[in-house]
Amino acid sequence: MRKTIQELLLVENTQLNHDNFRLVLQSESELPEIFPGQFVNVEIKQATEIFLRRPFSILDVDREKKQFSLLVKILGRGSKVLTTYKAGEKISVIYPLGNGFTIPEKDDKILLIGGGSGVAPMLFLSKVCGLDPKQVHILLGARSNRDHIDISDYKQNGNFYFTTEDGSLGEKGFVTNHPVYKSELSGFDKIYTCGPNPMMKAVAADAAKSGAFCEVSLENMMACGFGVCLCCVEKTTSGHKCVCTDGPVFNIKDLTWQI
Amino acid sequence: MADLGVNIKDLYFKNPVLTASGTCGFGQEIADFVDLEKLGGVVMKGTTLKHREGNNYPRMAETPSGMLNAVGLQNKGVDNFVKNIYPTIKDVNSNFIVNVNGSTIEEYVELTERINELDKIPAIELNISCPNVKEGGMAFGVSCPSAEAVVKAVRAVYHKPLIVKLSPNVTNIAEIARAVEGQGADSVSLVNTFLGMAINAETRKPVLSTITGGLSGPAIKPIALRMVWQVAQAVKVPVIGMGGIMNATDAIEFMLAGATAVQVGTAIFIDPTIPVQIVDGINEYLERHQFSSVKEIIGAMQV
Ligand SMILES: Cc1cc2nc3c(=O)[nH]c(=O)nc-3n(C[C@H](O)[C@H](O)[C@H](O)COP(=O)(O)OP(=O)(O)OC[C@H]3O[C@@H](n4cnc5c(N)ncnc54)[C@H](O)[C@@H]3O)c2cc1C
Ligand SMILES: Cc1cc2nc3c(=O)[nH]c(=O)nc-3n(C[C@H](O)[C@H](O)[C@H](O)COP(=O)(O)O)c2cc1C
Ligand code: FES
Repeated sequence: MRKTIQELLLVENTQLNHDNFRLVLQSESELPEIFPGQFVNVEIKQATEIFLRRPFSILDVDREKKQFSLLVKILGRGSKVLTTYKAGEKISVIYPLGNGFTIPEKDDKILLIGGGSGVAPMLFLSKVCGLDPKQVHILLGARSNRDHIDISDYKQNGNFYFTTEDGSLGEKGFVTNHPVYKSELSGFDKIYTCGPNPMMKAVAADAAKSGAFCEVSLENMMACGFGVCLCCVEKTTSGHKCVCTDGPVFNIKDLTWQI
Repeated sequence: MADLGVNIKDLYFKNPVLTASGTCGFGQEIADFVDLEKLGGVVMKGTTLKHREGNNYPRMAETPSGMLNAVGLQNKGVDNFVKNIYPTIKDVNSNFIVNVNGSTIEEYVELTERINELDKIPAIELNISCPNVKEGGMAFGVSCPSAEAVVKAVRAVYHKPLIVKLSPNVTNIAEIARAVEGQGADSVSLVNTFLGMAINAETRKPVLSTITGGLSGPAIKPIALRMVWQVAQAVKVPVIGMGGIMNATDAIEFMLAGATAVQVGTAIFIDPTIPVQIVDGINEYLERHQFSSVKEIIGAMQV
């Protein structure tokens, strides 16, 4: 998988809720092959305080239009500047980075669990697998309905379930409280999750108990994003691994979370 | 096209731009973006005798115009280097320099002897300046007697060009440079990172697992430039300058201050093509100022 550095054209910047935006980027040349779970490292110009690039998962890919999109949640200085960019501006991007999820088999029954902006790689995965949508179950957690990210264009990819901590959308509580999760966890062939660490750790612990296949997509402070600085390590059963090149997707068997 | 070639002792570099250790892996990691043969050289990730896990996460903090790192020389050790990395660079036409690290003088010597056996490695960079390891590292580089002792021991077993990488975390860097020159260093490279720290005011905790780390990037450039200038006045051997070089102008400033060659580090994280852009930019500068050789700008600052 060849990585490239390119100036891409921002063709669309849409606000999805109070702090999430979808940015659509267009390349002049054919897009490289991109797998779900991979990410880009975006340069954020204009602000001297922001020195390093910022990593964002690839939300969706449209090969015909040579476009892909990102979901950007305003978290700090860099993400805030990024969401102010207007269509027509150029953005320097290094991509595609990271390993990506294990693509499910045709007849796999899968569960995707996304929390917060962790829904981004989940949605791309749900779309590209080419699975029977009946076999795809997508469980999204948020603090409140207001934090829910509009995913209408994905509704056809599978069965959607929601939880919110305040009960304003779907089941009340964490994703681990949802009936589909509580009753069926061991019935899934593959479980994939991305979101806040406490959420992923809870899912990983349950999946480990039931012996289910489970992959998590980790976040980490990255300087380069392509494996040269060795800043982004996670402890694994075989020592420190770089989240940007050995990950961001890890099988829970390889992590030391439970130890 | 101006003549971009420079020499460190009898080792020829087709241009004066190298990548800095710890910022380009072992070269192949950036090969998707750049043609390594366009670079004067690649200084590879710090290597030790044995496998090192490095420090715990978090190892990185962004700072205004720079970053702190506390990687702690994570690497798989010299056996892995010889078996798995060396074959990947053997056929690339560039100078691959190994950055050598140890906790004791014996380790530096043993590692150097192993590297000495590798034909394709034309030089080593002796790192006596890593601020992120508990034993060895910077401890050797902050006093003249200890720096002299390591260089002397390594010089006794290594006969190819020996570059010694200096720490900026000293009061008189020129003194250390003179001391290692006295023990047979063929070149000095500077600077390694500056000891710094970052605190998260909300959690009241240090950002790095190690509390302190090494500062790099444009934030350190003026200090690095001053040090390169001071050292270039103090020694006869060629100086390799680095610290916050982001573009050709920065690189030219280091050469005007007395550097024979430069290394590009943190800039690679933002754009791995910057080192090659700097080669082109230096050529453009030389042509614009009608210099026929890059050697004409070394130490050419007009006071
Ligand atoms: C592989 C990967 C994929 C990601 N995908 C997405 C995505 O699809 N959508 C999205 O909105 N966000 C995603 N993130 C998180 C995103 O990188 C951070 O939100 C962003 O870097 C914050 O930058 P900032 O300048 O706004 O924050 P800053 O002002 O620099 O810092 C504010 C806080 O942001 C967090 N932060 C800073 N840098 C990072 C980082 N590199 N990784 C994680 N947290 C960080 C820290 O908690 C910090 O305290 C991803 C991160 C990784 C590593
Ligand atoms: C993440 C990181 C890792 C580094 N690892 C090493 C190393 O292994 N050996 C070494 O001699 N210097 C190491 N350095 C220091 C750089 O080679 C260089 O001296 C320093 O970063 C200053 O240059 P810059 O500002 O252009 O990055 C490292 C720097 C960074 C940022
Ligand atoms: S961010 Fe540099 S190695 Fe992962």
